[in-house]
Amino acid sequence: MNQEDLKEIAEKQKEANAPFEHNIHVCVAASCLSSHSDQVMTALDQEVKKRGLEQCCKVKGVGCMGLCAAGPLVSSGNNEKMFQNVTAMDAAAIVDNVVDEKPAPAAIVLDSKLPFFRGQKKIVLENCGEIDPEKIEDYIAVGGYEALFHALTSMTPAQVIEQISKSGLRGRGGAGFPTGLKWSTVAKAPGTKGKYVICNADEGDPGAFMDRSVLESDPHRILEGMAIAAYAVGANKGYIYCRAEYPLAVKRLKDAIKQAEKLGVLGNEVCDTRFSFRVEVRLGAGAFVCGEETALIASIEGNRGTPRPRPPFPAQSGLWGTPTLINNVETFANIAPIVRNGGDWFAGIGTEKSKGTKVFALAGRVTNTGLIEVPMGVSLREIVYKLGGGIPDGRKFKAVQTGGPSGGCIPEQYLDMAVDYESLASVGSIMGSGGMIVMDDSSCMVDVAKYFMDFCMSESCGKCVPCRVGTAHMYDLLAKITNGTASQEDLAMLERIAEVVKFTSLCGLGQTSPNPVFSTLRYFRDEYLNHIERKSCGAGVCSQPKAAGVGA
Amino acid sequence: MQGFQAKASPPSDDRRWKIVEGAMRRHGHESSSLIEVLHTVQETFGFLTDDALRYVAVALRVPYSKVYGVATFYHFFSLKPPGEHTCVVCTGTACYIKGAQSLLNAVDEIAGIKAGETTKDGKLSLLTARCLGACGLAPAIVYDGEVGGKATADSVKERVRTYMQSETVATGVGA
Repeated sequence: MNQEDLKEIAEKQKEANAPFEHNIHVCVAASCLSSHSDQVMTALDQEVKKRGLEQCCKVKGVGCMGLCAAGPLVSSGNNEKMFQNVTAMDAAAIVDNVVDEKPAPAAIVLDSKLPFFRGQKKIVLENCGEIDPEKIEDYIAVGGYEALFHALTSMTPAQVIEQISKSGLRGRGGAGFPTGLKWSTVAKAPGTKGKYVICNADEGDPGAFMDRSVLESDPHRILEGMAIAAYAVGANKGYIYCRAEYPLAVKRLKDAIKQAEKLGVLGNEVCDTRFSFRVEVRLGAGAFVCGEETALIASIEGNRGTPRPRPPFPAQSGLWGTPTLINNVETFANIAPIVRNGGDWFAGIGTEKSKGTKVFALAGRVTNTGLIEVPMGVSLREIVYKLGGGIPDGRKFKAVQTGGPSGGCIPEQYLDMAVDYESLASVGSIMGSGGMIVMDDSSCMVDVAKYFMDFCMSESCGKCVPCRVGTAHMYDLLAKITNGTASQEDLAMLERIAEVVKFTSLCGLGQTSPNPVFSTLRYFRDEYLNHIERKSCGAGVCSQPKAAGVGA
Repeated sequence: MQGFQAKASPPSDDRRWKIVEGAMRRHGHESSSLIEVLHTVQETFGFLTDDALRYVAVALRVPYSKVYGVATFYHFFSLKPPGEHTCVVCTGTACYIKGAQSLLNAVDEIAGIKAGETTKDGKLSLLTARCLGACGLAPAIVYDGEVGGKATADSVKERVRTYMQSETVATGVGA
């Protein structure tokens, strides 16, 4: 396999795609599949065959198109036409519309000019909804693996790292550590017993599904990013630590690895160079703490996923004591475009300190729930009201929760704030992996804090006392507040314990677990006081003695 | 090396152990493959029996205490047999905000079980998942491995009722 072979495959695939006058794309990512998009695809296929249109109309399964709430989604003509809530029965109408320009039933027409689609800038998701995730040739046809070839044949590892540093890319897993700096630390570390590259695909944040969509829609992009990283830091072996809860992503990754090894873009002597790189998928088993890098490493080694104190950082001593590079799925997905277009190109997007784009999983009480990718620096208002289409059912916006259990709730007064790492931190939240849950006035903020504390309490690995005992104690106090038996002393106690847990826990899980409490107390203190003093829950969520008519 | 491993023999002559043995072989009986092997056991048998844990411990040369520790640490592993049907209610943030609790209540109302429990007749297990990543479909519920989106308490009750009724018809066992 050399660069010519790659070009040939790309040309061949493009030629194979060319004769088709019409293309029909059906989303086959998990969300749409669960609403039977596979049946839709079969029905469309049959319809096309029935009319003898096989030569001019091609039906293709593609990755996530983003607007999951309206799934199953079908698109045609470079997404100019889009269809929503499609069933197998709509196949004839869709073919009529695509091939014969007959009007489609209003119920299934989706306006492709919606701000939801127009307001995005896609780098990570550029192939999602475009290529068949199960075919490596489709990925190669859109320029896949070119960046890897380019890096291997005309760049030194140092030059690769230089471009990544120049790009200003920061880790998309949540903490936002500069990726170039991490890579150069691993590259510099002496690795006499080898080095490893790990892709963190243990997306445990409740309310986040960016990584799942990327893995299911464009698995080769991750493999290419990992291979480039391995070349840059001097590793020959990689692991993808993926949640067992994402069976489709696991299957597509495993298939992608097989295809890539067969073509010689992974494995021994990658692309006819002296560089070798093998990748293995390791399954997570449902432990949130395994998103923490040292816990993740322990889990790959076959142990309970408990973190250990850092330093030494994994960059120096990680998997089996060797230097290890751990990056998140979305971080790896950004690598190939950066190598292809140069670090300066990437640095030209986003804000001064937060470069590039960010994928968000927009969910909760918002009209358009789904996956979006926007440049860093876009305002929350734009995301919620323009792309998200605002709050449904005539309800009133209350807060956006970002960053999952480690994050916080952002109230209305900050809606015009630019979304980047620093500004989110300045209002007491974090970027996190990109979950964004919109809440309206039907949510009780004390109850939300209790929900996250329940999560942290049961996900605490139990190794350190502040986290194990502190989260349980905080949960009990929050439960007391919500059921109307708490006093002012309890509130004071809650705040005290939160401080202790924050400053004395061993790993990120414990250190950040009080964040939902801090941020709700900061902006919604009156709700806490309402529960304590008047024994009532304004949103009618909590079972308060006085609140009448509380239901589900 | 080979001789050493031959000592560990499966707890029964159930042919499905071949699948587990295959998984161990693929990983060269490395102790680091413990979690992968437990996944295979659970996938094959539905849950982890004590016999299975002891067998895996010997075969991978890992202390039983560690195997037990790992199996109980991770939520994905279950040491109890699942019911004939399973309902997994997603309790991720998006689903929580959109009423996952009412789905749990709905199952409890019809089948009389809470999260983590199985009905006495072994017909239905109710489980919760931290987040299925199907937030666009919130609230989401998985019936026997099939994801159902935008669930309501009524749709859940209907499904659970069919599960509970199928029992009476199928086995003819009176209450």
